[in-house]
Amino acid sequence: MSNVSTNSVRQLATLSALELDESELQLLTRDLEKILDYVQELDQLDTTGVAPTYQVTGLSNVWRQDKVEESSADAATLLELAPHSQAMQVKVPKVL
Amino acid sequence: MRQSIADLVLAIQSKQVSARQTVEMALAKAKTISDYHALLSLSEERALQRADQIDAQLASGQTLGRLSGVPFVVKDNFLAFGAPTTAATRILENFNAPLQATAIEKLEAEGAICIGKANLDAFGHGGSTENSAFGPTKNAHDKTRVAGGSSGGSAVVTALDVVPFALGTDTGGSIRQPASFNGVYGMKPSYGAVSRFGVISMASSTDTVGCFATQASDVELVMSIMAGRDPRDMTTLPDFFKSSSELKSSCKIGVIRDTMTEDIAPDVRQATLDYIEKLRQAGHDVQEVDMPIIKYALATYYVVVPAEISSNLARYDGIRYGQAAEADSLVELYGRSRDQGFVMENKRRIMIGSYVLSSGYFDAYYQKAQKARTLLIQAYDTLFESCDILLSPVSPTTAFEFESNVSDPVKMYLADIMTVPPSLAGLPAISVPAGQDKDGLPVGVQLIAKYQADNQLLGLVKQMEPAHV
Repeated sequence: MSNVSTNSVRQLATLSALELDESELQLLTRDLEKILDYVQELDQLDTTGVAPTYQVTGLSNVWRQDKVEESSADAATLLELAPHSQAMQVKVPKVL
Repeated sequence: MRQSIADLVLAIQSKQVSARQTVEMALAKAKTISDYHALLSLSEERALQRADQIDAQLASGQTLGRLSGVPFVVKDNFLAFGAPTTAATRILENFNAPLQATAIEKLEAEGAICIGKANLDAFGHGGSTENSAFGPTKNAHDKTRVAGGSSGGSAVVTALDVVPFALGTDTGGSIRQPASFNGVYGMKPSYGAVSRFGVISMASSTDTVGCFATQASDVELVMSIMAGRDPRDMTTLPDFFKSSSELKSSCKIGVIRDTMTEDIAPDVRQATLDYIEKLRQAGHDVQEVDMPIIKYALATYYVVVPAEISSNLARYDGIRYGQAAEADSLVELYGRSRDQGFVMENKRRIMIGSYVLSSGYFDAYYQKAQKARTLLIQAYDTLFESCDILLSPVSPTTAFEFESNVSDPVKMYLADIMTVPPSLAGLPAISVPAGQDKDGLPVGVQLIAKYQADNQLLGLVKQMEPAHV
């Protein structure tokens, strides 16, 4: 049985940039335990000497010319998508 | 049998019906099925404009594309013009895409007309469309049951004959399972066959773009147009999609014994056995094969995919696009925008992903799962030495009732047990309609081919088509 503490879930939420409330933390603690219990069946599998697979295409180092291509979306269009912008810049709350 | 896409295009080209009439009919039909909640938006104005353009081109004698005037619907995780792209989430509720997905551009270049956006589990996270932030989609055959997911809306609009085809994405079964639940074809191509540029990322190592249709030849036509290398998606393969005319008259088909256990609903099992019998009658050599490693595929998937999800969803920060929460600091802005903008299943998967990727657990979970994935791929390679095609059910059950699985995430994940193995290996797979259960709910059979043997898969499905009408 996996043992996940609410405190470690709180820490995970911080790392994941999720501001969860207490009830969400309780629920996710329970769910995480259940899911980790389930995926632990992988322990039964002998993977000694097996290389991991990260992708299946076999493609590697796909190059292109270092040339700027015309995009269908210009800077003004993209800036319109930002919730807060000012003087052609994306605006964020004070960082420091 | 319904009119094929090719026949519809012929009817438009010979002016038996105009593109405008065809699109108007599809839009009208879409409105009559609003109680299914299959569609999140209609791009009516743009669709009608495009239809008029097609009709004008036709009147001036121009050569038209292979999909001229054919209306279609896309899952709302494809960036498209004419309607918002929400991914069924609050964080993108008012997001107007600045560009279109390559898949849509290719279809539109052949004259197809996108009429609207279909409902999904938020960001594609789910197998029932109950995780949509805007409410679930109802099954085309029984409104008390789920549409399946995550591409539930696309499956339902196809099954209800609103459009001849619809696009979906399939990361671990999100096209095949709803296709099975609604009784239509649903194809997931080989990984890398279709560009994912302009499609909202879920898990980059297994995400694929595919389609739903009611006829095998329609699936083939749509897939062949979408497939091919895209300089804007470096994971795409050079075009390998060829006509399926060179199909062998007798295929060796392996039924994966480990997927036909007593955990499968009896009616699903029976429908699968009936389909196997039809394959034999058509002259194919069907044998049972063993694949014991398959029982680890779901656990592998639910480590690898949340890890990739937690990385891909990091981009939703309330700054460059999407909804921003009220906040005084940057940390609050991130945390609150994401808390308010994601549904619980999004958060659950981000948290699992963060857990398996965190130091101390990386080797035990993430690395272990990627090694298990290698063993799974090797098992497929071995089976494909003696088989052309592998067969299993698509889902252990037919469409389930609303809320029957939502309280237990592991129970919900178990619905994906048949569809995730080919996804982890990048293999092409298709859900083929194969009868009904005792309640009249559709059953789908899954056929799987070797990597990049998509044409062989479609060839077999086309050949088998009349056998189960």
